[in-house]
Amino acid sequence: MPQIKLMPRLHQVLGLFWQVRKLPRVATVLLLVVLVIPAVFAPIVAPHDPLIAPDGVRGRLEPPVFAGGSWRFPLGSDHTGKDILSRVIHGSRVSVTIAAIGIAISGMIGTTLGLIAGYYRGIVEAIIMRMVDISFSIPPVLLALALAVAIKPGMRTVLLVVGIQLWSVYTRQVRGDTLGVMQQDYILRAKAAGASDLRILYRHILPNVTNTLIVLATLQVGFIILLEAGLSFLGVGLNPPTPSWGLMVADGRILIITAWWVALWPGLAILFTVFGFNMLGDWLRDRLDPRLRQI
Amino acid sequence: MRRLIAVRFGQGLFALWAVSLIVFGLGRISGDPTYTMMAMDARLEEREAFRERLGLNAPLTTQYAKYLGNMLKGDLGPSLKYPDIGAGGAIVARLPATLYLAGVSLALALLVGVPLGVLGAVKRDTLFDQVSKILALLGQSMPNFWLGLMMMWIFSVKLGWLPAGELGGFKHIIMPAITLGSFQIAAITRLVRSSMLETLDTEYVKLVRIKGVKETRVIWIHCLRNAAPTPLTYFGMFAAVLMTGSVTTETIFSWPGTGQLAFQSVLARDFGLIQGLVLVFATIFVVCSFLVDVLYAYLDPRIRFN
Repeated sequence: MPQIKLMPRLHQVLGLFWQVRKLPRVATVLLLVVLVIPAVFAPIVAPHDPLIAPDGVRGRLEPPVFAGGSWRFPLGSDHTGKDILSRVIHGSRVSVTIAAIGIAISGMIGTTLGLIAGYYRGIVEAIIMRMVDISFSIPPVLLALALAVAIKPGMRTVLLVVGIQLWSVYTRQVRGDTLGVMQQDYILRAKAAGASDLRILYRHILPNVTNTLIVLATLQVGFIILLEAGLSFLGVGLNPPTPSWGLMVADGRILIITAWWVALWPGLAILFTVFGFNMLGDWLRDRLDPRLRQI
Repeated sequence: MRRLIAVRFGQGLFALWAVSLIVFGLGRISGDPTYTMMAMDARLEEREAFRERLGLNAPLTTQYAKYLGNMLKGDLGPSLKYPDIGAGGAIVARLPATLYLAGVSLALALLVGVPLGVLGAVKRDTLFDQVSKILALLGQSMPNFWLGLMMMWIFSVKLGWLPAGELGGFKHIIMPAITLGSFQIAAITRLVRSSMLETLDTEYVKLVRIKGVKETRVIWIHCLRNAAPTPLTYFGMFAAVLMTGSVTTETIFSWPGTGQLAFQSVLARDFGLIQGLVLVFATIFVVCSFLVDVLYAYLDPRIRFN
């Protein structure tokens, strides 16, 4: 007797939660500590306000608690007197926001273009793939620098550069996968049965592509965070006093001789976050789509 | 094979042309280019004269045609900071330093990454392999400007062993090279390792072993040669990335190359220089990709007949 599933969607979702317990332990714990908890609970966890110096100018450049400072500024304070720990914690929100928006937008655009390219072929595909080539030829840092001179740097320019860099990776991958799926019989049968193009794309092709997309997205989070940090470090990304990790490293650069802590902690935050995501991405890739196992 | 070369070449040219369009457009998107190319407080008559001199009053297509013509002749446009030699002159003067740095980084990536990757594959799942895998992933996760800063702090400030930058010999270049190439070293290690793992299991390697060839020879000559193509494709991308991604590294270590030039041009709001730089770097990128595609097709005959 066939198993009757009441509410099959609910069954699917609950199944996902069951999978969660198999997640890689080190990566998840790391990410939780460095990214998720700070990002979600920032106002509660951070001891001070990230944008205000609690002691004013008198609290400048306090060393961390283990290097001669006090528990007031556990990781030290920067050149304006703001608490570094609080800024690092709030910085996780900045990174998460940019990564989320960047992946969402470029993922949607890239996937759609990839599906179209793979499904409709012909001149549409040729045009799209040429655009992919072009976007790969533009060095991201230089693009950001050029944009910074043309328009003012800020969240807009960062998202623009991230978007331009990212969408083509999805398009290339999705197009390749779509081509593979199109060879299957059931696509032909769906067409013969009168299914519209949109329905075929959405119900038949997209689900097959999703696994690879998840892996790609996870691996790209690290890249986006590094890119944003690099741009902010150079001064063509986010603007002060935003607690962006890259900006904080830039602040600490000039002070490296006397106040080494200003640059150390934000850099470590970036390192652990990206490391966690890379580990997670590797694990996901091994489980979902080993074909991508190149880098 | 020749058809492949022709197709790739055409694609490369097309990409470059599109980049020139984009760069041209960037200079015009903020409305009046005189605001990007001249000082903020220039008088109206000066702006008008500037526009006339640069032909900015002509229709956009004419401007672009002239721009393209100049590029093809080798004139990369005017520069605020270097008015006498222009953007092209400034870039050419700085290019050797960047090529030197990129070259050393690339050599480092190969000299360190390839052996680590091979040994990791051969000693699979041992402590050596586990450690090198983690180190490689760490290297790919590290913000390289932070690595450079920390290295400078430890080796220059605290220990005083190495100078903190400036052009020079081994002592001067070792830190910038590691900083610039950290990602590439890690990536090559992982790539070579995964490629070698596949190769070590193949039939022809088993045959070579049966024939009695020494294991060292088997690994380093037979396997590596067959495992080379995949890492090689990324290698070209790395070369391009190294040359064009040197902005942060050169800025930290005061390395007088094109990366530092790019950074300074942003500070000076010298759009002419940036424009030239983007074009030059895009060209390097495209040329490297093209060379790698051809090399890959040469090494792997399956690609040619696709």
